[in-house]
Amino acid sequence: MKEKFIELFKEVLENEDKEVNMDDQFRDYDEWDSLTYLSVIAMLDDEFDVIIETEDFKKIRTVGDLLAEVEKRTA
Amino acid sequence: MGFQHIKNIKVSGVSACVPKHIEDNRELELLGNAEQIAKFIETTGIITRHTVTGQDIRTSDMCYTAAEQLISELGWDKNDIDVLLFVSQTGDYILPATSCILQGRLGLSNDCFTMDISLGCSGWIHGMATIGALLQNGSFKKGLLLAGDTSTMTKSPKDKSSYPLFGDGGTATALEYEEGAEGLKIHTSTDGNAHQAIIIPDGGFRNFYTEESFIEKEYEDGSIRHNLHTYLDGPAVFTFGITKGPRSITGLAQHYDINLDNVDYFVMHQANKFLVEKVRKKIKVGPEKVPYSLDEYGNTSCSSIPLTMVTRMGEELRGKPLEIMSCGFGVGLSWGSVYFKTAGIVCPEITYI
Repeated sequence: MKEKFIELFKEVLENEDKEVNMDDQFRDYDEWDSLTYLSVIAMLDDEFDVIIETEDFKKIRTVGDLLAEVEKRTA
Repeated sequence: MGFQHIKNIKVSGVSACVPKHIEDNRELELLGNAEQIAKFIETTGIITRHTVTGQDIRTSDMCYTAAEQLISELGWDKNDIDVLLFVSQTGDYILPATSCILQGRLGLSNDCFTMDISLGCSGWIHGMATIGALLQNGSFKKGLLLAGDTSTMTKSPKDKSSYPLFGDGGTATALEYEEGAEGLKIHTSTDGNAHQAIIIPDGGFRNFYTEESFIEKEYEDGSIRHNLHTYLDGPAVFTFGITKGPRSITGLAQHYDINLDNVDYFVMHQANKFLVEKVRKKIKVGPEKVPYSLDEYGNTSCSSIPLTMVTRMGEELRGKPLEIMSCGFGVGLSWGSVYFKTAGIVCPEITYI
C-alpha cells in the first residue's frame, strides 16, 4: 500500500519527480495549497474509499501519519 | 428517514435573473499569477460570475424580476397566487420578512401565504419540499418559490478560498396543485453540529455586530476577512459534499424505486466543478446528463439549480417531457434531493438587470 500511496500522493502534488519521505510535513511543500488539500481528500476517497473528516485531518502532520491513518481505516 | 412523496403537485415554470455586471476570474489578481489562475479555473470550472458589486441590485430585485417574467409568461392572474416563499440568506432587512415585501411589490393578494426560509445551497430543495407541502391538499392552488442570494456581498474580496467562487442571482419556480399528478419525491437532511463549517460569525443576535466585527484579520490560509464576512471551511464542505450528495441521490432512488438510467438530467447545486464531478462519478452518471452553469455564473447559492435549468436546459424544458433529479448541499449543514417530472413547462430566457 505504501508504494501506491506515495505514487498517488505525488500525482496529487502534480510533481512525479518529487522526493516524498514519511517524515515530511506535507503542508510545508511548495506544491501544497487549498486545492491540493481537496485533491488529497478526493484521492483517498477514490482510491482507498477513505474519508477523513476535517477535524481528524487537521491532526495529521506528516506523510507517514497520513499513510498510517489510511492503513488504520482500511484494515 | 427524511424521505417524502408529495403528490398532486406539478412544476409549471421556472425563470432566473442575474446582474448584468460580470467579474472575470481570468483577471482576478487575488488568485495569483497566470499559472495559479489557470489551475483555479481548471479545478473549479468557474470562469466568470455575475455580481451586484458596486450596484444597488439586491436579491429581492432579482427574484421580483424573475417572478414578474414567469407570472406573465404563465398567464397567471396574480389574485390566484396563494403561496409565496422566499428562500435566501440575503434578504432586504433583519425584519420584516422579504417575502412580505415581495407580496406587496408583486401586487399579490393579501390572502397570499408568505414566508421566508433561511437556507443557502440546499435552499431550493427545502423550498420545493415546503411549497409542495403547502399546495398538496388543494386548498392553495398556485405557488411561487423565489430563491436567490447576493452571496458576493458576504464574501471578503481578500479571501481567495471563497470570493472567486460565488456569483449572485434570483429565481422563480412556479408550482400548482393538480389532482393525480405524480408530484415530488424528496430527501432532506441536516447536520447542525457542523454549522461552523460555513458561517458569518457576527451580525446576528448570537454575536451582534460591534466595532470589532469590522476589523480585518489575516488567517492561516492567507485569507483576510472580518467577522461580518462568510467563513467557508473548504475542505470540510468538500468532504461533506462528496459524501452526502451521492448518498442523498442514491438513497432517494432506492427508497422510491427510481431508475436513475431513466433520469434525463441531474441538476446539481453548482458548488464547484471538482466537487460536482466527484458526485457525478459516484452516482455513475455520464457528463451529458449533468449540466453546468457555474462556468458563467459561479456558485449562486440557492439559485444555482433553477438557474442551471433556465440557462442550460431551457429549450428542452419548454419542448419535451423530462425526468429531473436535483441535489443541493451546503450551509447548515443542510442537504437534500428532489425528483420530479416535467411535461413542457414555461421557461423564459434568463433576464439581466
